[in-house]
Amino acid sequence: MESVLLYGAINSVTFALTAIGFSLVYGVSRVPNFAHGAIYVLVGFLTWSFVNDLNLNYALSIVISLAIASVLGLAIYQFVLLRLRGMPTSEIIASFAVSLIILEGLRLQGIGGFKGFIGPNYVLKPFIDGKIEIFNVFVDYQRLIVVVAGVVLAIGLWFFTHRTKIGLSLRAIAQDEQAAMMLGINSDRAAMISMAIGSALAGLAAVIILPLGNITAEAGYHVLIYALAVCIIGGLGSWAGTVLAAFLLGFAMKVSTHMFGAVWESVVLVGTIILVLLVKPSGLLGRQKELEERV
Amino acid sequence: MSFQDLRKKRLDRSIEVRSRGLYALSSYREMTYLLAPRLFLIVGFLVMPLLLDNYWQRVLCTAGVFAMLALSFDFLAEYVGLVCLGGSLFIGFGGYSAGLLNEHFSLPPVATIPLATIIGACVSTLVIMPCLRLRGIYFAIITFMMPLFARNVIVALSLFGSTEGITGLDTMPNIWVEQYVILIAVLVSLFGLRRFVTEDVGLIMMGIKDNDRAVLAAGISIFRYRVLAVFIAALIGCFAGAYLTHLYGWLGLSLFAMDFSILPIAATVMGGMGTLVGPVIGALILSPLSEALRGLGQLRVVLYCLLLLVFILYKPEGLMNFLERKYHQFEREEKV
Repeated sequence: MESVLLYGAINSVTFALTAIGFSLVYGVSRVPNFAHGAIYVLVGFLTWSFVNDLNLNYALSIVISLAIASVLGLAIYQFVLLRLRGMPTSEIIASFAVSLIILEGLRLQGIGGFKGFIGPNYVLKPFIDGKIEIFNVFVDYQRLIVVVAGVVLAIGLWFFTHRTKIGLSLRAIAQDEQAAMMLGINSDRAAMISMAIGSALAGLAAVIILPLGNITAEAGYHVLIYALAVCIIGGLGSWAGTVLAAFLLGFAMKVSTHMFGAVWESVVLVGTIILVLLVKPSGLLGRQKELEERV
Repeated sequence: MSFQDLRKKRLDRSIEVRSRGLYALSSYREMTYLLAPRLFLIVGFLVMPLLLDNYWQRVLCTAGVFAMLALSFDFLAEYVGLVCLGGSLFIGFGGYSAGLLNEHFSLPPVATIPLATIIGACVSTLVIMPCLRLRGIYFAIITFMMPLFARNVIVALSLFGSTEGITGLDTMPNIWVEQYVILIAVLVSLFGLRRFVTEDVGLIMMGIKDNDRAVLAAGISIFRYRVLAVFIAALIGCFAGAYLTHLYGWLGLSLFAMDFSILPIAATVMGGMGTLVGPVIGALILSPLSEALRGLGQLRVVLYCLLLLVFILYKPEGLMNFLERKYHQFEREEKV
């Protein structure tokens, strides 16, 4: 019982971590970033390559990968999404294509001696090895780091979007782009900044969460789906909703795995989304723009 | 600089103007002008099987399947405003219904294909229905996860032959039936949809795409029309699925493969979104291409996506709009 509760909580924080970057980019500045999951996986593989192929320091490789992730986010916005602003269908298709190019590209084999990231050999080291006993349940330190990082990031981002000038400008362009522009906010620049921060956050989530298991390209699709599920259930632009939804999903999936087995995880995920949509179409705590996204 | 002094001026051809409306009936020339492209497509479709050898005839059949999927994607995305990234859901449901009807009730393909089209479409519509309150990116990603979800359920409950699928289903009598069934189905759905979107129902759907709040304010239930639209798109997709099952005499998890979701989208973007003919042409170009690249494996998906990206960024109008412009208008350089 304790283990279900504890691991449910850890699972929930994991969801919140993966969703936070997406929530910042889409929920706050309304740039659909389907490449979120792809960047997540890419950062994992990049860090792995830096550590194992180039023999770099672990911390240094993480920093470099995160820098690459944010530059990639900038590039995706500058070269792809910027040309398509205001055409939702094209935005979705184009960023989806970018995501597939990255994810399937990672699995390519035999081009220029590139072996392709396939198989269970790609594992990142935990930051601190070892376990600790809490309420008679063994928890490894990495999971505790996930929880701490999740809490710190959630609070930090709340302050960023509610108290700093850049963060407020991101929220402003989501609420009313034209009014924001009249007040002197450069909407393209704000969207670009949010893309860069969001990509870096996806990468950060990756380097914190991935040491818990091995890295696979498929995880990219799952991360995107989880992040979106959390955003749908929580409601747009609401931090409390995002956190609440992450906990709801995390516990629902852990409890169902505990009771019925792991195969039911995805069923529970979709079931929860559909249930929330039927009962409260705007999400648990969604207020902002709820009418425009859901009819 | 020279490119600033000159600009392109486009003018409608006089025959295009003359053949608008009832005046088209004034002479054979005008009628030919209107009929030629349509007849070219229809006759081309019907003659194509005769010109191909055995291998490419099979490819034509799969091209037809992709053309149907591209049509249903284009209809949903451009005429109703629902971007559905899960085309393989339709293929899967249609294919599984046809295969199971054939396996358990030993119905012949003549009966299973129409039955599976309707059953599959009903099931897909029911599955998608709760998500119709969403739109944009949310709807897109939920439809993207549906095929993955369906796969998981089939494996989890080990339904319908689980991971191995069911083999040894009935196939169609010969290659000519196979080809003409799908080609005629493509033509019927193409011209049917073209007519449908100009009817009152189609206009309401376009209204929903452009401004759903206005349609809502007019006292029209958006939800009902979206359900109807999804059902129609699912009919087209499920027919393709049922046909595919009987084409190979086999059903399995790869009916939910991502190829069925991505290639139609690439075909639609390439052919020209919102033209309905464009996606069909795009599918006819892309699927032989993908057949030729069969040896490349995973690289194919990457190539589709690159092509898609290039078209959406640098040629967003697509092939069909381009050809249409050339047909209806002439250009000349003009001094500014």
